Amino acid sequence: MPMFSHEARLKRQAVFDLLFRSLTRVSAFGVLALLVAIIVSLVVGSMPAIHAFGFGFLTSSDWDPVKDKFGALIPIIGTLATSGIALLIAIPVSFGIALFLTELSPRILRRPLGIAIELLAGIPSIIYGMWGLFVFAPLFADHVEPWLNKHIGAISYIGPFFSGPPMGIGILTAGIILAIMVIPFIASVMRDVFDVVPAMLKESAYAVGATTWEVMWNVVLPYTKVGVAGGIMLGLGRALGETMAVTFVIGNAHELSKSLLMPGNSISSALANEFTEAVGDLYTSSLIELGLILFFITFVVLSIARFMLYQLGLREGQVT
Amino acid sequence: MLNLYTRRRTLNAVGLTVSVLAMLFGLFWLCWILITLLDHGLPALAPVVFEQMTPPPGSAGGLLNAIAGSLMMTLIGTLIGTPIGILAGTYLAEFGQRGWLAPITRFINDVLLSAPSIVIGLFVYEVYVVHVRHFSGWAGALALSIIVIPIVIRTTENMLRLVPTTLREAAAALGAPQWKIVNFITLRAARAGIITGVLLAVARISGETAPLLFTALNNQFWSSNMDQPMANLPMVIFQFAMSPYEDWQKLAWAGALLITISVLTLNILARVIFRQSATTH
Repeated sequence: MPMFSHEARLKRQAVFDLLFRSLTRVSAFGVLALLVAIIVSLVVGSMPAIHAFGFGFLTSSDWDPVKDKFGALIPIIGTLATSGIALLIAIPVSFGIALFLTELSPRILRRPLGIAIELLAGIPSIIYGMWGLFVFAPLFADHVEPWLNKHIGAISYIGPFFSGPPMGIGILTAGIILAIMVIPFIASVMRDVFDVVPAMLKESAYAVGATTWEVMWNVVLPYTKVGVAGGIMLGLGRALGETMAVTFVIGNAHELSKSLLMPGNSISSALANEFTEAVGDLYTSSLIELGLILFFITFVVLSIARFMLYQLGLREGQVT
Repeated sequence: MLNLYTRRRTLNAVGLTVSVLAMLFGLFWLCWILITLLDHGLPALAPVVFEQMTPPPGSAGGLLNAIAGSLMMTLIGTLIGTPIGILAGTYLAEFGQRGWLAPITRFINDVLLSAPSIVIGLFVYEVYVVHVRHFSGWAGALALSIIVIPIVIRTTENMLRLVPTTLREAAAALGAPQWKIVNFITLRAARAGIITGVLLAVARISGETAPLLFTALNNQFWSSNMDQPMANLPMVIFQFAMSPYEDWQKLAWAGALLITISVLTLNILARVIFRQSATTH
């Protein structure tokens, strides 16, 4: 009899095991289901717009709710332009910060400074937006944009990008604020990546007389280039999808302008501004198709980022 | 020779100076934003902010309904997202060694971790708001929970992987079944790290605005009914800051200061908890 109850207990435990394992499996499967559900719901939602405009949606700069004519070109350009500006600024700065944190900083300062940079990432994007609109944009309009107009606006080729009325809000302002927002992401990935470099490699280079800069440039960077590129792509993914900060300062104008000082629109800011007020199926559906395009672009960019970071065995979200 | 030597030294000096400047550049924005927030937010942060509802333009009021709404949706979003995240993270760390599910889930999860939150809002709008035909607190909480899940999965998996295998083997050698090992040994050993992850997730969603735009919307009045449009701090800040009314903008600054303080406190708290557990082990 005791043998029998022992066996029953074992069996019961086996059942519990199976149940618990299935439960965790189902939860993991839920993540995949979530992704599929997001894609399917966006595709279904944008069907009317896809039927009405086809691929022309991507290349048309129309945005006329009255005549029900919609095209994604202006928001797509706005998203790419702001993110591009953000990366141009953020990449060198992040590299400098990561270099400082890994090679230069005194040991005591390393942790607090690292945390300070990570706190910059923790500030909600709506705060960046408000600060950008009320503090940064007016200063930018009064001091920087007139200077750009005067000194760079006259140069041929790049001049037209920097001439225009100094309003403070526009593509350039949005790009700069995005840069501040993605610097912590790129810098902390770069720092983690630089920490992976074996000390032996660096010490060997120092031993043959290399300067700190040469060690960074010729030893650390080549060793970690995949991870660094992954970090940059991760930052790009963040910049592309960022909504609130951009919405505050980009100006929300459906106009195609060569000047970076002029107001524009990004995919996410168009969604944030217009979605709840959109009247009519085609309008709503066009906005959802914008969301689908945004999701597609960020998905590709973030996938590339992940592949690169996996090659160095790194993952974001590790608490250090 | 000498020329080359000087050039290398100069390049080094320039590079390192630029690096220091980059660090100062980063800190400069952090300080500037925090000072601006304190400067505009502190004078606006009167007790009335916690006592009264959001006002119509031109009259005095507070943010009570928005604070309450934010707390409710953040709480419910966390309560929905955390268990799913912990279970899925457990699968990735403990059961997913073989097969296709774990690597793909890990990859998709890492992508969702940085996916644009406004798309999450669109998704919840499409699958929930459209069908019930009205914006609601539930929809907002649902959207927030979808942001919580990937964060909790990622930290849970990382923390479980830090638990030494010998601990699992010791438990298994005593005859403990797997569900007991995971629940009472490994998850317990990783508890501090997992709490850290949840706190970081709460910090992230308490400042999120984009996913609430199309889900919870906003509500000018007090409402604790989750089935109704719900006031929340980020939306109120957005609406009030974009308005031309001065008292609204003042309240927006007060709200911005509140959100930033709570988010940064949560962030620091998470790190302290993690660090304490790391030193006691």
